[in-house]
Amino acid sequence: MGGQRRLWGLYVRLDEVPELIDAAEVVRDAGYTRWDCHTPFPVHGLNEAMGLRLTRLPLVVFAAGAVGAIAGLAMQWWMNAVDYPLIISGKPFFSLPANIPIVFEMTILFAAITAFVGMLAFNGLPRHHHPLFAVDEFRAATDDKFFIVIEADDPRFDENAARQLLGRFGEVREVWE
Amino acid sequence: MRQMIDVFSENVRLDELGSRLIVRGLVLGVLGTGAALAFSMLVRQDQFERFAWAYLLNFAFVVSLGLGALFWTLVQHVTRAGWSVVVRRLLEGVAAGTLTLAVVLVLPLLAMIPRLYFWADPETRAADPLLAHKLDWLSYGAVSARLVAYVLIWAAMALWLHRTSVAQDESGDPQLTLRLERHSAWMLFVFALTVTFASFDLLMSLDAHWFSTIFGVYYFSGCALGSMALLAVLAFWVQRRGRISHAITVEHYHDIGKLTFGFVVFWAYIAFSQYMLIWYANLPEETAWMIRRQQAPWVWVSLVLIFGHFFVPFLGLLSRVPKRQPAVLAAFGVYLLAMHWIDLFWLVMPEFGRHGHGAHAGPWFSVIDLLLLIGLGGFAVAAVAHRLRGAALVPLRDPRLPESLTFENA
Repeated sequence: MGGQRRLWGLYVRLDEVPELIDAAEVVRDAGYTRWDCHTPFPVHGLNEAMGLRLTRLPLVVFAAGAVGAIAGLAMQWWMNAVDYPLIISGKPFFSLPANIPIVFEMTILFAAITAFVGMLAFNGLPRHHHPLFAVDEFRAATDDKFFIVIEADDPRFDENAARQLLGRFGEVREVWE
Repeated sequence: MRQMIDVFSENVRLDELGSRLIVRGLVLGVLGTGAALAFSMLVRQDQFERFAWAYLLNFAFVVSLGLGALFWTLVQHVTRAGWSVVVRRLLEGVAAGTLTLAVVLVLPLLAMIPRLYFWADPETRAADPLLAHKLDWLSYGAVSARLVAYVLIWAAMALWLHRTSVAQDESGDPQLTLRLERHSAWMLFVFALTVTFASFDLLMSLDAHWFSTIFGVYYFSGCALGSMALLAVLAFWVQRRGRISHAITVEHYHDIGKLTFGFVVFWAYIAFSQYMLIWYANLPEETAWMIRRQQAPWVWVSLVLIFGHFFVPFLGLLSRVPKRQPAVLAAFGVYLLAMHWIDLFWLVMPEFGRHGHGAHAGPWFSVIDLLLLIGLGGFAVAAVAHRLRGAALVPLRDPRLPESLTFENA
């Protein structure tokens, strides 16, 4: 392969959870925003150590659920009371008890689809490839090793400073685009 | 990473706090019950008509909290739950306390059956064609025997769960955990059947013409919700009093909050399911019960339940934030217990004075209802405090205690 290879980021490999937590706090306090930790299993306390904010997804899901409820009610009102009124069991054309199951289902449908699509939109998945996959050693992230990666397009990224920072925790290696 | 807490360095006993609570509970119990008796004798002079109904209401309330606690204890064992170990002893105490108390409280209820249920009236029994095929099931002897059997079964299960768990504090034998798990499975079946039939006998047969196959589930949803709300209140209270202050963390409150929220929705789901089928089918013997609750003054209680028992706690507990604020969650707990009481009030009192007691019909609300809430509630507080005082507030040597102490929500 010829051509220019551009630096995508720098990473360091760690062996133990406490090391990872300590290192994550240092990277967080250095002010980086485009960086990540990769672990073979969920690590409690890592969210705080990385300074991750709570996701805004619940607000979006709530709004979608409310829209679903209103849409479900409006749809039934339009169909049953306006567009094609039919007498069913002598009930009024627009009767709330009969509408509630559909309102419930529409609320769930809108909220669930929004939660699924919104989750993918917020975390940027799915993606076909990631530069880290080219690193052989990174396979250990699904086995028994922990990785911290700082991306080169972080606004505060300076190769020497980042090398120095990560160098405190182990041998710093490069990831190429 | 959460550090493991050393439970043995914590204050895990109620001690003198428990003794004080027993005394206060007994005083409230005697005062409340006495005031209710005096009020019905001197002011209402209705030969304890309303007293009997208020007694049934508050019996159903106190027992529902014990049944819910029994249910949650069984479910923790069956699912081999790790998170809940630090709060399980509180549930065991509520179940054992209130359900052994129920064995005593059921006795006056047996004497009140003729004042409560029109199926017990000999003339009605002879003349009412809608009752004809229910006479064997709904007879004084059969219902009394069943009520006694229910409370004995509940008390036995709750006592066994509590005692076995407390025995493990001494022996540390992990076999006890396995035995609890094994026996909890069949006990859940017994629980489901007895609660269903008890709700039929106690509450649904107040209008013996009416029937709803989901009624047992409806009463159960109140049991499960009410006792989870009570657990939030109880955990907050013991911690405020300096007991197990570190063992129960925000993470445990968060889970209690999730279950409370879930059962707010479950209650509404069951309530609506019951309503909609009756509304849709529109059969005279089924709709009468609902129509009574859609007319003044009961329609206002119905609206209070729709908004206060569902929409307010649904929106209030939906977010993660209130579930992780123990004080806020405990406040919702108190609120939901009040709503649960109103829910039972709504099941019982619209039937008051409808059959054969015309002179005593109405009013829709009586101060006796609240006096007996204080009375039976006071006895229940004393009974629960007695169970909680007798052992540590945490299962000290449960094999899953370390898991519970370090538990975190993902």
